[in-house]
Amino acid sequence: MSDKKGKLGLYWASSCGGCEIAVLALHEKILDVAAAFDIVFWPCVMDFKYEDVEALEDGEIDVCLFNGAIRNDENAHMAHVLRQKSKVLVAFGACSFGGSMPGLANFTDKDAMFDWIYKQSPSTDNPQGTLPQKHSQVPEGELTLPNFWRTVKTLAQIVPVDYYLPGCPPEAHQIEAAVTAIVTGQLPPPGSVIGPDVTVCDECSRTKNEKKIKHFYRPQEIIPDPDVCLLEQGLFCAGIGTRSGCGALCPQVGMGCRGCYGPNEGVLDHGAKILTGIASVLDANTPEEVDKILDTLPDPAGYFYRFHLPQSLLRRRALGNGQKQTAKTGEAT
Amino acid sequence: MSEQRVGVYVCHCGHNIAGTVDVEHVAEWSANLPNVVISRDNKFMCASTGQEQIEEDIKEFDLTHVVVASCSPHMHEKTFRNACARAGLNPYLFEMANIREHASWVHASDKDGATNKAKSLVSAAVHRVIHQEPLQPMQVDIRPETLVVGGGIAGIQTALEIADAGYHVYLVEREPSIGGHMAMFDKTFPTLDCSACILTPKMFDAGSHPHITLLSYSEVEQVDGYVGNFTVRVRRKARHVDEDLCTGCGSCWEKCPIKVIDTVFEAGLGSRKAIYRPFPQAVPKYPIIDVENCTYYKSGKCRMCEKVCPTEAIRFDQEDEILEVEVGNIVLATGFQLFDPRRIPNYGYGRLENVFTNLEFERLSNAAGPTEGKIVLRDGVTEPESVAIVHCVGSRDKNYNSHCSAICCMASLKFAHLVMEKTGAKVYNFYIDMRSISKGYEEFYHRIMEEGASFIRGKVSEITDAAHTPEEEGKLILVCEDTLIGRPRRVPVDMVILSAGLEPRADAQEVGYMFGAGCGDTGFFTERHPKLDPVATVTEGVFIAGACQGAKDIPDSVAQGAAAAARVLATISKKQVNLEPVRAEIDESRCSGCRICNNMCPYHAIDFIEADGVSRVNPALCKGCGTCVAACPSQVINGAHFTFDQLIAEIDGIMVDVTAGALEVV
Ligand SMILES: Cc1cc2nc3c(=O)[nH]c(=O)nc-3n(C[C@H](O)[C@H](O)[C@H](O)COP(=O)(O)OP(=O)(O)OC[C@H]3O[C@@H](n4cnc5c(N)ncnc54)[C@H](O)[C@@H]3O)c2cc1C
Repeated sequence: MSDKKGKLGLYWASSCGGCEIAVLALHEKILDVAAAFDIVFWPCVMDFKYEDVEALEDGEIDVCLFNGAIRNDENAHMAHVLRQKSKVLVAFGACSFGGSMPGLANFTDKDAMFDWIYKQSPSTDNPQGTLPQKHSQVPEGELTLPNFWRTVKTLAQIVPVDYYLPGCPPEAHQIEAAVTAIVTGQLPPPGSVIGPDVTVCDECSRTKNEKKIKHFYRPQEIIPDPDVCLLEQGLFCAGIGTRSGCGALCPQVGMGCRGCYGPNEGVLDHGAKILTGIASVLDANTPEEVDKILDTLPDPAGYFYRFHLPQSLLRRRALGNGQKQTAKTGEAT
Repeated sequence: MSEQRVGVYVCHCGHNIAGTVDVEHVAEWSANLPNVVISRDNKFMCASTGQEQIEEDIKEFDLTHVVVASCSPHMHEKTFRNACARAGLNPYLFEMANIREHASWVHASDKDGATNKAKSLVSAAVHRVIHQEPLQPMQVDIRPETLVVGGGIAGIQTALEIADAGYHVYLVEREPSIGGHMAMFDKTFPTLDCSACILTPKMFDAGSHPHITLLSYSEVEQVDGYVGNFTVRVRRKARHVDEDLCTGCGSCWEKCPIKVIDTVFEAGLGSRKAIYRPFPQAVPKYPIIDVENCTYYKSGKCRMCEKVCPTEAIRFDQEDEILEVEVGNIVLATGFQLFDPRRIPNYGYGRLENVFTNLEFERLSNAAGPTEGKIVLRDGVTEPESVAIVHCVGSRDKNYNSHCSAICCMASLKFAHLVMEKTGAKVYNFYIDMRSISKGYEEFYHRIMEEGASFIRGKVSEITDAAHTPEEEGKLILVCEDTLIGRPRRVPVDMVILSAGLEPRADAQEVGYMFGAGCGDTGFFTERHPKLDPVATVTEGVFIAGACQGAKDIPDSVAQGAAAAARVLATISKKQVNLEPVRAEIDESRCSGCRICNNMCPYHAIDFIEADGVSRVNPALCKGCGTCVAACPSQVINGAHFTFDQLIAEIDGIMVDVTAGALEVV
């Protein structure tokens, strides 16, 4: 890169904000970033308006780190704008990569979700049954809310993405490595996931043996042996099918990998891969025994698809009654 | 990717395909599929003209890939691969679409549907084939030694055939003597020649052959390696007799004070000593000490056998020995076990004294047996005046075994003959259907009918000693519906023989697993092809023969034994075998050593390399089944010829809208 400073944009769509914190977790390294880039857009941290970014030239942003899934018109609009304005668009973090937690909404639909959130949940007091409205008139004029989609999408399902930086959130050392790669121009081929193509097991120091699972336990039910593979001890661990890069943080402290770094290269469906891996080592000979073991694993869909439902082959739970999605927005027609 | 040029050949298979599928249309339509440069239909692709067409086109059109749409790859994949190879194209650049079994035969009443499906299947193959890669078979050397497991008639035959051809055989038999079930019989159907007379010469030959190492009273514990190079660990159980010194003179068992009921060879009807040889013609001739019953092992006293042994061959402290042998091929001839008729409580076996099993009857009738061949009731003296023989006990019955045990009809006729010949008793055969299908069997059936045996067609529902009439008093009454006269009947007799069926051995699953031979749903070992490859298994270099493959009689067991020997000899004389290159490979640079795949492999082909923290497939052991490929959660195991790209392309191909395309093609 020339001595001229590059331009960096950061944006959060549908996400928790953890990815923003992860950038700040670079600590003093953030100064290197500031030295290399002018930050032209980072609404979470500095006061920018959408008009500011819309006013930029096409391709003016050198690198945009985009976190969060796409679940409403506003998210999608910003995805399109930032794609247009950025030379390199990075899907940053698990939500923009695979849909992640927001994406679990694809196991249900908008109506059911609104019903629970705004009416049924125990902490809600909403006697009129008011639901969010796209347009509402107030004395000061009309207020609008972005259209909320039925189906959560990943960034790459909306616009072309150049690189993926997985993780919930991405680890500081990986962000650093990615930024360094961008600054020095040593980037992998476009479309790549930045990070090693091995699994969490590779970084996990626990001893691995041949596996046979007779029973699944929840973390609070047993005190696992500190030196042996958690999966072998019946603790669900997605590390067998999840890209490494995190340093196996969770399994090292006795908590099974949740799968936030997503699948390895070439895997079409993260959940299905972990599922087949685990199903392969159930210690069962009959369908009844299989059922018995699987009954000890609560919420299998949540375990297997926690971070990648929208990006998986499944995409979402089938919409009943012949409802179809429109190709572009995922909105039910 | 350089230019792909695919040739498509759609076979009529006479009327087999063309009678249902519009073959010409499929060929025309396929011409428009991506990369297809020539598409033809042909009456019989497998005929030499069909094959030559492929060869000519490969040269003329510079084909890079070939698709034949015809029958199952089981039938002709080899044929067309060879045709490609003759024209200089790597055989793995060929793909087959099965439009016969998968389209014309199963959709015979739906011509349009079958035609559309054929198009989908061709499209799948065309999309897939361009992703296929040239593969080279792996060559391995064949060790000339062979392991035969099981010394029944089938195993003996195999061992002798191979040894006679000059190659060494290790014959491993679990029991103290070879001979198997046949050694227990009196006469053999349908010729009624004495079983021992025809068997013992073969046993003797097997025991003394310079090219046979007989490992009796031994069991295989572990098998490693692959075709041509198996390493087998055999446990030689301690006989407590020094075979180098023992002459088999018999002083020891004559003097041994402990009598034990012999539940194996004498089927519980006779007894033996605590040091014993199972039967006089046993091979080898050496006795063994039954440690469970011998006084010495209980109290440290007695040692009678040791005192009387003229050659000082008794070894109380002898221990099991572990032997490792290296062999190129393995033949399993582990035989069958008898159905336990106690499982049918209404037949009263074990509760009603004079209900016998067929094996018990063989021992009763055998001149060397416990009654010296006299057919008597359980009291040991009374000759029966009437005998019932019940067929199909535990066979052809979905509660027990649904298969036909194949030998019971004939064995039951044999029993009828022996009873009538030796006692003059009245004989009733209770049968469901008579099956006398082999050479001389129908004639044997007629002979027994002429000799005066009665035949009642009906399944016996109960055997009881609860009399309804004075004539039934003290008798066993068989209750059944006589389906020929359409009435229930009660037939009182003195003795009942249950023709219990042939079952897979209780340990067949485990034994099969150890050797890489699977068991089908009946539990017998599965042959590679039920018609065309009946003595091979899916594991290269592992063959099966005799009743372990399915219930069968002696002639068929001998034939299979010889067939397996021929297969072994063929590989030995080739000195090398080509192994299918369709196998799995782990990308070690991407394997994280999670070990999910390790115990998936039915062929024990995957090892974990501790030092590198990765798993590795032994290519010679791998059969390319794909189990590990599917299981690998990080998708770093590649199944050659079934790669991820190939499968996805195949799915893409099958999703092509064949009806839309149909409108465009004229
Ligand atoms: C009552 C009865 C009467 C019959 N009469 C006739 C007849 O008249 N004519 C006829 O043609 N057929 C007859 N048959 C059928 C005949 O018994 C079989 O066809 C024949 O015995 C099959 O031979 P085989 O060698 O396959 O099995 P088997 O005779 O069962 O021999 C198998 C051998 O393998 C050994 N073995 C098993 N497992 C292992 C192991 N894991 N390791 C080492 N060794 C092992 C066993 O100890 C045994 O010696 C009769 C069957 C029965 C039950």
